[in-house]
Amino acid sequence: MSAGPVLSVRDLTVSVARDEGWRPIVDGVSFDLQAGQILGLVGESGSGKSMTCRALMRLLPGARLAITGGSIRLGEEELTALDEAAMRKVRGGQIGMIFQNPSSHLDPVMTIGAQIAETIRFHQGASRREAMRQAIEVLRQVGIPDPTARAGSYPHEFSGGMRQRAMIAVALACQPKVLIADEPTTALDVTVQAQILRLLLDLRDSKGLSIIFITHDLGVVSQTCDSIAVMYGGRLAELGPKRDIIRAARHPYTAGLIRCQPGAAATGTYLETIPGQPPTVDAMPSGCRFHPRCPRAGETCREHQPAFISVDLGHRAACHFPEGPGQEAAR
Amino acid sequence: MHRYRFVLYRPLQLIPVLFGISVITFVLVRSIPGDPARVLLGPRSTPDAIARIRAQFGLDEPLWVQYLYFLKNLFHGEMGKSILYKIDVLKVLTTRIEPTLVLVFGAVLIALLLAVPLAALSARYKGRLADHLVRLFSTAGLGFPPFWLGIMLIILFSVVLDVLPTSGYGRDFGDKLHHMILPCLTMALPLAAVLTRNLRAAMLAELASDQVVAVRARGLPETIVFWRHVLPNSLVPAINLLAVNIGWLIGGSVVIESVFAVPGMGQLLVRGIFTRDYMVVQGVAMVFACASVLINFLADILTVAVDPRVRL
Ligand SMILES: Nc1ncnc2c1ncn2[C@@H]1O[C@H](COP(=O)(O)OP(=O)(O)OP(=O)(O)O)[C@@H](O)[C@H]1O
Ligand SMILES: [Mg+2]
Repeated sequence: MSAGPVLSVRDLTVSVARDEGWRPIVDGVSFDLQAGQILGLVGESGSGKSMTCRALMRLLPGARLAITGGSIRLGEEELTALDEAAMRKVRGGQIGMIFQNPSSHLDPVMTIGAQIAETIRFHQGASRREAMRQAIEVLRQVGIPDPTARAGSYPHEFSGGMRQRAMIAVALACQPKVLIADEPTTALDVTVQAQILRLLLDLRDSKGLSIIFITHDLGVVSQTCDSIAVMYGGRLAELGPKRDIIRAARHPYTAGLIRCQPGAAATGTYLETIPGQPPTVDAMPSGCRFHPRCPRAGETCREHQPAFISVDLGHRAACHFPEGPGQEAAR
Repeated sequence: MHRYRFVLYRPLQLIPVLFGISVITFVLVRSIPGDPARVLLGPRSTPDAIARIRAQFGLDEPLWVQYLYFLKNLFHGEMGKSILYKIDVLKVLTTRIEPTLVLVFGAVLIALLLAVPLAALSARYKGRLADHLVRLFSTAGLGFPPFWLGIMLIILFSVVLDVLPTSGYGRDFGDKLHHMILPCLTMALPLAAVLTRNLRAAMLAELASDQVVAVRARGLPETIVFWRHVLPNSLVPAINLLAVNIGWLIGGSVVIESVFAVPGMGQLLVRGIFTRDYMVVQGVAMVFACASVLINFLADILTVAVDPRVRL
């Protein structure tokens, strides 16, 4: 593996402008994406997963949102310092993005081939013909049968799974190194979901693509990812290699999430849930944001924000009283 | 290509529409109080002369017999004699169609040429000065009645600036265009106002859509985002709006042709009504009905061409 991560995020903070000032939605998030690896980003709805990814693309939805701190390094480049024109070259050229709902994220009145070719023409200045030839090649790579004919089809003429493949092809038109996938399989049925996951793994292997994979589903994460980042209330709760996180989660929130997975419950027992609601931007708890719902919370948790400390090799957790080995070492 | 199959059978719809329109106008026109023979002969008419005229035009027959005569004539390519012009109504109509066509299509063209850039400006600079000005235009354009707007434009361009004729219709092509600028503009302004408002809303919705997020995530610049993705997706509602408003345009042509003394169908209709020239009114109504069916047909073809999801 090459030296250093492809994408390195440090203390990324995204805030929303309110009358009383900036309020962070994503708060001090740090992680590395290694070349050819898949990083799973999990967390409840509203925890800031999508916002983090939109920040990486510098495409925050709405004028009231801004990156208010931190750094995003793509190789040697600092993305937060780029001007808009340079940033456009990064989007689609070096980082591609796919979404949960291909039906709404593709232009309904333009053929798939034209959407891919358009991106290639813009980034590589290719001729119309050459761009279309490459577009057909990309469609072939994502496993669309008869790509020459399908390039002329409109999004609504594809089935659900094929449309998801088409969206992946559109995002990968210019062979970016990094792919951000925001819940790409959530809306699909189980068999199609498995096929799309397989495709992403194949693309990682064949193109050395690095992927940030957002999902609610820890089951999907454990099948595909190399490492896992768990978000809670806009902050990272835990980050580490998949094995460590799944087998020995240290943050009580991660542990709770794992116990909540349908597969985790033995037959005949209740499916566990984490009691309470995730916090909202305007009512963030003090100290550790998880403390109102945490079975292990103590006085410290209410008052002090836990540091994102290393609990094992490459494994970090933000908890005063982490679970598992080493918990006696904590205060 | 079977998405376009409706092009083959849709024109058949014209038949029942025309039939219905002919019956309705036939009855309506004849229930207007007044007698065409009396109008034609003026105040000094004798009962004798009136009876002669009524017999000459078949007005003394029962209504349903008159209607059957009318249908029979129609099969021979005649619409019946105009009482006022003394020639077949079809001949009268053919001389009157051109100015109205120029008026309506000119107005639609001007409205589109105004509305698309204005809506684009307004949507792209939402909340800024340009947006406020455009919205002021679209509110104001709706507020003025066409006849008033027409008179104001005449005062400005014909009286004060003296660059355009006040009324009438020219002889050669250039002269005709010159005469039609003001009438077209008068008709176009309110239409442009509605279209601008409608297009702006569609463009704003499209600018906030998921697909635009995805296009931006591919690094494409805002000009491409706007003209290649936002605009085509905003056109379908605009086309439908135009089609719906065509009735309003045709009605408007009556007023505007009167204000500018344009010798078109609208003016003919007004004259026909005043003189109780049944056949003329009937003919104009049928042409207007045909036009509105044809224009909706055209709008359907355009919609299918613009939006590949639409099937008719
Ligand atoms: N345009 C916006 N302005 C202000 N706050 C926003 C905006 N969009 C989202 N938020 C807030 O940002 C927070 C994070 O949202 P985000 O979409 O990143 O969550 P998520 O983890 O992706 O959730 P989901 O799993 O539902 O997709 C939420 O609390 C949300 O209310
Ligand atoms: Mg999300």
